[in-house]
Amino acid sequence: MFGKLDWSAIPISQPIPLITSLVVILVVLGVLGLVTAKGWWPYLWREWITTVDHKRIGIMYCLLGVVMLIRGFADAIMMRTQQALAVGGAQGYLPPEHYNQIFSAHGTIMIFFGAMPLVIGFMNFLVPLQLGVRDVAFPTFNSVSFWLTASGALLVNVSLFLGEFARTGWLPYPPLSEAAYSPGVGVDYYLWAVQISGVGTLVTGINFVTTVLKVRCPGMSYLRMPMFTWTAFASSLIIVAVFPILTATLAMLTLDRYVGWHFFTNTAGGNPMMFMNLIWAWGHPEVYILVLPAFGIFSEIFSTFSGKPLFGYRSMVAATLFICIVSMMVWLHHFFTMGAGPAVNTFFGIASSVIAVGTGVKIYNWIFTMYGGRVRLAVPMLWSMGFIFTFIIGGLTGVLLAVPPADFLVHNSMFLVAHFHNVIVGGVVFALFAGLEFWFPKAFGFRLHEGWGKAAFWLAFFGFWVTFAPLYIVGLMGMTRRLQHVIVPAWAPWLYISAVGVAILALGVISQVVQLVVSIRDREKLRDVTGDPWDGRSLEWATPSPPPFFNYAVLPNVAGEEPYWGIKLRAVETQQLAPEPQYEPIEMPVNSPVGFYTAFFASVFGFAMIWYIWWLAILALVAAYAGFAWFAWRDVHEFEVPVEEVAQADRARRAAREAALARLSEQGALP
Amino acid sequence: MSDMGLPASVEAIRRVREDPHRLGYRAHGAGEDVEGTGHGTSGPATKRIIVGYGFWIFLLSDIVMFSCFFAAFAVQRGATAGGPSIAQIVDVRRVAFETAALLLSSYTCMLSFAATNKRNLLWTQVFLFVTGLLGLIFVLLELQEFIELAGKGITPQRSGMLTSFFGLVGLHGLHVTLGGVWLATMMAQIQIKGFRREIVHRLICFNLFWHALDIVWIGIFTIVYLMGSGA
Amino acid sequence: MGGLHDSRDRLARACKGLIVVLLALSLASCSGGVLDPLGPVGADDAAILIDATVIMLAIIIPTILLAFWMMWRYRASNPKGEYLPYWSYSGRIEAVVWSIPILTIMFIGGVIWIGSYKLDPFKPLPSKNPPLEVQVVSLDWKWLFIYPEEGIATVNQLVIPAGTPVHFSITSASVFNVFFVPRLGSMIYAMPGMVSQLSLQADRPAVMFGQSSHFSGDGFSDMQFQVQSVPDAEFTAWVRTAKGGGRPLDRAAYAQLARQSQNVKPYTYASVDPQLFHAVATQQIPPAPGPEPENPSHAGREVSTGGHD
Repeated sequence: MFGKLDWSAIPISQPIPLITSLVVILVVLGVLGLVTAKGWWPYLWREWITTVDHKRIGIMYCLLGVVMLIRGFADAIMMRTQQALAVGGAQGYLPPEHYNQIFSAHGTIMIFFGAMPLVIGFMNFLVPLQLGVRDVAFPTFNSVSFWLTASGALLVNVSLFLGEFARTGWLPYPPLSEAAYSPGVGVDYYLWAVQISGVGTLVTGINFVTTVLKVRCPGMSYLRMPMFTWTAFASSLIIVAVFPILTATLAMLTLDRYVGWHFFTNTAGGNPMMFMNLIWAWGHPEVYILVLPAFGIFSEIFSTFSGKPLFGYRSMVAATLFICIVSMMVWLHHFFTMGAGPAVNTFFGIASSVIAVGTGVKIYNWIFTMYGGRVRLAVPMLWSMGFIFTFIIGGLTGVLLAVPPADFLVHNSMFLVAHFHNVIVGGVVFALFAGLEFWFPKAFGFRLHEGWGKAAFWLAFFGFWVTFAPLYIVGLMGMTRRLQHVIVPAWAPWLYISAVGVAILALGVISQVVQLVVSIRDREKLRDVTGDPWDGRSLEWATPSPPPFFNYAVLPNVAGEEPYWGIKLRAVETQQLAPEPQYEPIEMPVNSPVGFYTAFFASVFGFAMIWYIWWLAILALVAAYAGFAWFAWRDVHEFEVPVEEVAQADRARRAAREAALARLSEQGALP
Repeated sequence: MSDMGLPASVEAIRRVREDPHRLGYRAHGAGEDVEGTGHGTSGPATKRIIVGYGFWIFLLSDIVMFSCFFAAFAVQRGATAGGPSIAQIVDVRRVAFETAALLLSSYTCMLSFAATNKRNLLWTQVFLFVTGLLGLIFVLLELQEFIELAGKGITPQRSGMLTSFFGLVGLHGLHVTLGGVWLATMMAQIQIKGFRREIVHRLICFNLFWHALDIVWIGIFTIVYLMGSGA
Repeated sequence: MGGLHDSRDRLARACKGLIVVLLALSLASCSGGVLDPLGPVGADDAAILIDATVIMLAIIIPTILLAFWMMWRYRASNPKGEYLPYWSYSGRIEAVVWSIPILTIMFIGGVIWIGSYKLDPFKPLPSKNPPLEVQVVSLDWKWLFIYPEEGIATVNQLVIPAGTPVHFSITSASVFNVFFVPRLGSMIYAMPGMVSQLSLQADRPAVMFGQSSHFSGDGFSDMQFQVQSVPDAEFTAWVRTAKGGGRPLDRAAYAQLARQSQNVKPYTYASVDPQLFHAVATQQIPPAPGPEPENPSHAGREVSTGGHD
């Protein structure tokens, strides 16, 4: 009746997952209880759960990403402390059965449910604003994407208290991940969680490719788009090209496990090497999906905080598209040691190094953006300089790993672990925090507290290096990754230092949370009145903070690069805003529960498949389809925003801007 | 019959060239922008173009997914594990019927869309029905093939080659089946709601989907069946 | 004042102490790992690693310095930095900016090409001594080393003669592993149904460790094995002792060995079925079984053999 599921799925005998599950359940119940007590459900349902507004969806993505980032960080704390404690003959506090789940969950959560939602959240919030339009190409599908991602995150967390998670690492390599060697539900949790959220991500990719190519405001030609939009576009192209590979590969492994097929098995003609090729053909472009928008964020920050346009804009566009294309041609560098032979290894080694050309160009262009600028060292700029230092070194170790004979020494070692954390933390995570500082006022209407922001940066920067520099060293000493206990005593001092580093990082995380709390408490003092707190250059800064749900009362007509900068200059020169436009009613898409509904049944379906509850799986599929068909039957797709509402919002914006203009002219005009 | 006394074919070419909704209407960057195409600096495209374009991108991603299964078949083609080889399981005669059914269904699908353009409900539904029927024949023939093979003990669990064979052909069959479900839903929608704008957009998407499945099938029967039978 | 001086002094001394400790640790860590090779393969690999690093540091250190100098000079509070609000393009700078990475990567590309061919694991090592053949089977969770010419086998222990190239034929009986002896150099995958080849050599006697460098399950952390390179005479003596040892490695013993076990102490087999490796590599002997728990597993949670729920 309930498939494999019975009461023994609850980890009564295992204190750590049990206590964690209890805490998580209590927190979730507490939050739900609070919302119910305060009567917030109608508001939440109307304004957030069923929203198709890209800004709100972006915020929800970022919230999901931040919460899961913290969960993944908790896993990291456990991993570093376990390795520090389990040296010599000691076994530490995590037996292999648990430790293996923890590092698998750490990687899975950080990539799929931490970094991806955050990056996609930024793309969601910013791209339509930067393009000068009202929403993405497919707003309702956008909602579906978000909720499917949340569904995957939910399934991963359910594995804490029902069953177990995968013990294979964040990529479930066969033959270990096949039913013969991993008969439990762990790998199945992974497969369904990632598969469901992968569908959501693919739809996002399609959404943003279409938006950038077909939904831009008048005058916005390709070479007038801001750099973040270009990188979001390149990232979306990669998503469309490679997420189907992930879907196909995971589907193949699922068929192997569930019905005994032989795509990747050990016997009967299965080919585990094929899995390596397929999964990394997805996996390498995946990290560029993450890092390209990060580069875009830094482009925006470097130019804004230097008070100059980005140096070499067209070069940057070319470098972005170059990286986009070459990233799909390098996947074999993840398994040079599988023995493909010198010819194949050489090709992929050279291709991997060639990507460094595109990245190097970007770094130099950021440096020359600062040349002749007036660099303001606000918190986003601190993160950017931290990124330059950290990411360049990470890139160095990456090119090193791209040399096959060098890789033969450090493949799968702690050196590799240090490298990819170097580029992901130094590149993606630093960018996300920089972007958070930078765009938080736009999203919420008040700035973040600067002092706590600086503290968070310095703690993160030092914490990162104290954690990962020792891992480079211990990797060169021969230590491989994923060890539950460590036999060579010479490695111990470095593991201790690394554990100290994690404590510093934890302080950084706490500072970030304190910053948020303090900023909310002091939000009136930190209020962003004009909508342009940083003297921005792209169109999102032309809107009030937060923007009205329709973004622009009248779509801007763009005449050049950095369109908002041009608008500002003209306003300062003529000492007045452009004349009030002719307001018209605006058509906006209606909210829809279809995203939440679909994801709800996707979660049920995933859970049912994991536990072999076939009747429930079929029911969930039918219900999901029925929901989709019901949605397709609706008569009302859009509603009209009356002229008065549009005019009122826009006049308030103009009043704030006129006041700011008056203040500026007292202080002396901008260049 | 044509306007201006020009031959119908020349007329058709001229109309196609000047249709602002035809994707790729202008060479990139050249000429002035036509409002509503989303091209260059002309502002956002019309809903019809956005929907069609987005669906094309989806189709490209679906073809990537199929290509993974093609790749698996290419890798595992010889991995017979002592079981039957590809040449021993392909039935070219049945595949010929399947191909005929599917290609014909693409033709009727196109006819139904021509009727949609004329807003003719009856012929739209008739041709959609025939399309669905032909698709059903295709799926039933394929099921018959699978059941016959299974009866002889030739199952995907037997070898890597059979796994990738059933995987690729089965994935395509699954797409056709889901397309059939979509078709039935569309027929119901058109009947009840009529030719509303968004329903016509969905019919465009359905047409693209059905034709794309045809293209994938041509790949399958060439690479798996024709090349397989020759091996 | 005095108190402030004292604490600053103490801080300075603490920092100095920390630096000394870190330097000492770093120097100590140069030994025992991949940067402390014992043989020609490891030495070549390490040389490439170090050379490539130095080449790239030569580019990267000036770049980082340039970045911070640029930020410092043109910071808003510095009146000396000229403000050029519209300067955003320079063909000359672009040419340099594209050339530096391109030239660096061309050089690295050359290193890659030459290095990959020279250090192809399948290539035999040139030597006046005939190579020693060792067949390696990775199991859950231990290593089996078969010496086909000597007719003995060991578990989790590898003894090789110094100064003689060793040719490894490597397969797996269950899941992927990676055969790696850090001080001898290159690693390579151990895969079921396939045979990888690797040639390594220890130039002088030493004791070192080897491991699996690809996660393979619950007992993975115990897949370290001791590697000893010994003088020729000692090697012959060791072989003789092992032959007198007792246990034969026949099909039955292998079937027992293939079952999952963790933390296996090293031991030797006195004789080996000569067809065993071939049978394992071609899967005539089916792959080793997965988890065989004594207690029934709890719902959905797997238990490895000998492990806990």
